[in-house]
Amino acid sequence: MKIIKIDKSQWASGLNQAATAYRLFGPVKEKEFHSFKPLTNGAQPDLSCLNTRLSPKAIVYPQSEVMFDYSLDEGRDDHHQMREAAKDYSPKAVIGIRPCDAKAFVLVRLNFDTPDYQDPYWLRAYESTTWVGLGCEAPCSSCFCTTAGCGPYHEEGLDVLLADAGDHYLAKVLTEKGARFLAAGGWKTAAAQDSDQTIASMRQTAESKIASFVPTDNLRSLPNNDLYNASFWEDVSFACINCGTCTYSCPTCWCFDIQDETRGTSGVRMKNWDSCMYPLFTMHGTGHNPRGTKLHRVRQRFMHKLKYFVDKYDRGIQCVGCGRCVRLCPVNIDIRRVALMMNGFAASGEACAIE
Amino acid sequence: MLSYAEKIREIAGRLLASGAVDMVIGFRKGTIPMMNEPHFAKTPAEVPKLVWDSHCGINLANYLTDRKEKIGIVAKGCDSRNIVTHIIENKIKREQLVVIGVPCKGMVDKRRIALKCPGEITEVIETETEITATGNGFSQTFEKKDVLQHNCSLCIHRNPVIHDELVAEPVEEQQGVDRYADVRAIDAMSADQRWKYFEDLLAPCVRCYACRNACPLCYCPTCFVDESRPQWVGKGQDASDVRTFHFLRAYHCAGRCTDCGACERSCPVGINMRVFTKKLEKDCLDLFGWEAGLSPDVRPPLDVYRPSDPNDFIK
Repeated sequence: MKIIKIDKSQWASGLNQAATAYRLFGPVKEKEFHSFKPLTNGAQPDLSCLNTRLSPKAIVYPQSEVMFDYSLDEGRDDHHQMREAAKDYSPKAVIGIRPCDAKAFVLVRLNFDTPDYQDPYWLRAYESTTWVGLGCEAPCSSCFCTTAGCGPYHEEGLDVLLADAGDHYLAKVLTEKGARFLAAGGWKTAAAQDSDQTIASMRQTAESKIASFVPTDNLRSLPNNDLYNASFWEDVSFACINCGTCTYSCPTCWCFDIQDETRGTSGVRMKNWDSCMYPLFTMHGTGHNPRGTKLHRVRQRFMHKLKYFVDKYDRGIQCVGCGRCVRLCPVNIDIRRVALMMNGFAASGEACAIE
Repeated sequence: MLSYAEKIREIAGRLLASGAVDMVIGFRKGTIPMMNEPHFAKTPAEVPKLVWDSHCGINLANYLTDRKEKIGIVAKGCDSRNIVTHIIENKIKREQLVVIGVPCKGMVDKRRIALKCPGEITEVIETETEITATGNGFSQTFEKKDVLQHNCSLCIHRNPVIHDELVAEPVEEQQGVDRYADVRAIDAMSADQRWKYFEDLLAPCVRCYACRNACPLCYCPTCFVDESRPQWVGKGQDASDVRTFHFLRAYHCAGRCTDCGACERSCPVGINMRVFTKKLEKDCLDLFGWEAGLSPDVRPPLDVYRPSDPNDFIK
């Protein structure tokens, strides 16, 4: 695997050069926290950011996205016809995404790109993006990526992995797309022969700093119904207020709702993030709600992430261990604790004791 | 305040053992610094998990809505005022409750503390008056009174207004607090400035509804933003829909809000939506001499007609 050395003195100028061929996005601090924003007019990504408050999923999958527009004006030839909304799928590059967030897109793709259905909006936005990740030197204490199928230097879903080596970055080229981006930035100095080992040892150091783990080894073999009927769900769900913080901050939550909005004679059909925490999410036209209580909804969230997904895809949990839901939940519901209870669930019907 | 935990456990144990209540609602220790989780104990064996410290800012009255059990509930001043409001609004019966009153000196604001620290906080230890945040390569000590939640720093009802048990002697109430400086500052803006201020304030909102759902007042079976037949509010990120949600929610809380701060505390993106509810709180005080939740025996001003109600608005 090719590794390029990028002197930090050439970082900003290279990004500016790349910006002529790519729309750049990166972590930017606004008020008290970071979020991924377009880097316009030479703005630089703030790579000191531990991680952004919300995940970068909105770059590919905006919270609110117009799919079609239409006119009800019968004077127009195309009245009452859905027209595909204009979109910008020109090349973009996301700089400084963390490996957990990049891996999350790989999991989300399982939902948006199936043999039967392909979500063209998600796919085109994803494919038009080059993912330039930054290895995590200082993971948060609530990060648990290494036991969530990921890691601080995980490469899945990335086109380039940057490792911060002090006065320079080591840029590991992972795909053709990544190579093109680095060429566009004018960075072409081959790194020293042993750079691969340097990155490997940085990776090892970072991994050893992860202090938080989720056990997942039993999840697949546990009977669905037993887990569903486990007695611990009342305890798990009691504090939940059924807000959408966990699902909206989660890089792997993919659910959406479709709405038409009309104003005068013109309107749009849009897709909006939705959340399994909301009662309306499952409300039937009859008024019946199969997930009528918060216990139903909380259980659904954790069963989906830690059981149904595991069973359906056989590639681990639907979680990359970024820890956002742990840090942001207003009432401190902690997926690590729930994973421990689920994974430790014994067929006798009793969860292992959790303190 | 640190001795409260033991007293809470003692009372909870007694209430559960005697069968006086079916459950006690309080807090258990959180899994990350500066967070605790609302928790219930149904047997004396579960009582040791109950804790108390400066991170119990969630308003527990929110967990009483329409419950049928007999409940012991740990209540700060603000929680007790929302319990009163719940009783007035028929969301719980007084005789179902044993209120375990907690005289409160205010809850700390974890965001304020985090902003003052140079890195991630991994451990927080508190004494009666100080709080020490420790992380990789730093340790900083703050006076608790300097890092309180904003609403707590302005609180003039720290002692529970109703209680059946009290975990300690009442604390001294804060005197001479200027509760509405922020409201006056916004009042003084021109209409354009104020609109800009609201736009900036609400720009980060993701409509997760944590503010609404953390609020004990927001118990409508279906909130107006969730109505689908007819649908009142758009579901997207259109600024007018976001504003409609926040403005209307605030009006729904008029004369009911106790400024417990649960909304602001729960917001994942740090919006201080209390400026809206506080404006209405101030109006209720100015127009009706009303503060919400002080007595179960007085109907709220927006609930009743009194001949003495101000009517200057009728031209």
